Amino acid sequence: MSNIPKELRYTATHEWVRPEGDGTFTVGITEHAQDLLGDMVFVELPDVGDEVSTGDDIVVAESVKAASDVYAPISGEILAINGDLEDSPELVNSDPYGDGWMFKIKAEDPAEVEGLLDAEGYESTIEED
Amino acid sequence: MNKQTALHPEHVKLGAKLVDFFGWDMPINYGSQIEEHHAVRQDAGMFDVSHMTIVDVQGAQAKAYLQHLLANDVAKLTVKGKALYSGMLNEEGGVIDDLIVYHFDDTNYRVVVNSATRQKDLDWLNKQADGFDVSINPRDEFAMIAVQGPNAKEKAGSVFSAAQQEAVAGMKPFFGVQAEDLFIATTGYTGEAGYEIIVNKSDAGSLWQQLLDAGVKPCGLGARDTLRLEAGMNLYGQDMDENTSPLAANMGWTITWEPADRDFVGRKALEQHKAQGTAKLVGLVMKDKGVLRAGQAVRCEAGDGVITSGTFSPTLGHSIAMARVPANVGDTVEVEMRKKWVTVNVVKPSFVRNGKSVL
Repeated sequence: MSNIPKELRYTATHEWVRPEGDGTFTVGITEHAQDLLGDMVFVELPDVGDEVSTGDDIVVAESVKAASDVYAPISGEILAINGDLEDSPELVNSDPYGDGWMFKIKAEDPAEVEGLLDAEGYESTIEED
Repeated sequence: MNKQTALHPEHVKLGAKLVDFFGWDMPINYGSQIEEHHAVRQDAGMFDVSHMTIVDVQGAQAKAYLQHLLANDVAKLTVKGKALYSGMLNEEGGVIDDLIVYHFDDTNYRVVVNSATRQKDLDWLNKQADGFDVSINPRDEFAMIAVQGPNAKEKAGSVFSAAQQEAVAGMKPFFGVQAEDLFIATTGYTGEAGYEIIVNKSDAGSLWQQLLDAGVKPCGLGARDTLRLEAGMNLYGQDMDENTSPLAANMGWTITWEPADRDFVGRKALEQHKAQGTAKLVGLVMKDKGVLRAGQAVRCEAGDGVITSGTFSPTLGHSIAMARVPANVGDTVEVEMRKKWVTVNVVKPSFVRNGKSVL
């Protein structure tokens, strides 16, 4: 069974969102998503300062198998990106919830996160796959 | 219910990710496809290729039959055990399959064809046998393991008996030998040295385990695909099929035109293709970010083309592809990637040999 940490929020498109407590959120893709994609070979990240809206495709995660879009789970401003993925895209495979994070976003409306899936809700969506 | 090879329990034991490969449950990887790829380029890896079809062709007219059946000429095979790569064509000069044929003597050959094409190949082999004194025998009692990489021969050799070691000692590339209960061939699909070993199904699991114990890394079909593409080897169904002339699939070298009176199946059509000219299969190299993928559109001044196989090359660290393009293509083409046209370099369709870039 795939690892789905309880303290994170999720989207049906396999992003995870970690509240950092100050209205900022860290985002990556789930263990289930990286397993579906296989070995990551390139990750194209947005630019710091970009204003993004919920559902925008802002990251391209390119694996041995396919190029996949990663979507903004909430609206806001990109505060930081994980530069380590430039040389080590495999971090997304080896540590999807840790060193494989993709970007940090300052929420336009932190309450938007409340509308995302919890661990149980996400688990039920991937069981339907 | 998918078919399973004799090694299926070993794959499950190793935690392989299994996928449906044309009706077979086959391992796509055992964890990381890229690590498996590197194991073959740098050390030794092994693949379960038991899904491939082994057919023995025997009889007084076996040689004449194969000279009729294949675009390459088995008359080139004069030494016992020597192997030949060939296309098997239809009357229109399209490729029914590509295969390897091993020569034991002029009445005794072994042919190894692809798995996805098994039934149509067997039907064609039997149909073309009409009028020849020859028997066509699929050997379903065997499994097959490919051991590949710079250390593959040494590691595989450590599990061979003394007689088997003696049989393969000094064997050149593209030979096969029956040594006790194993058929051991110096063939492969990776661009590295190594063996393809045909073994009785009942002994396959134990041979696999011995190879594992000898330090050979299990590798899945994912790594097999990136390795063969780096080596510039075609994949049937992707880089060519029944509607593709071998001349448009970088297989011109596998056609033996002389003697001119050898009337192999598809010859007349091929002569027309040659006179008219065909598209050609080239290599593409892209050093920017992104991965070239099969099916992407290609354009150049000479006309349009298509990528037939594309991947990220783990050895080179950037993307490579094979593409079918007009024969007078220049040094670059444009590829449509995610709605953008990107300029990439055209090269000969061969990228890596014996662990090293040939670009």
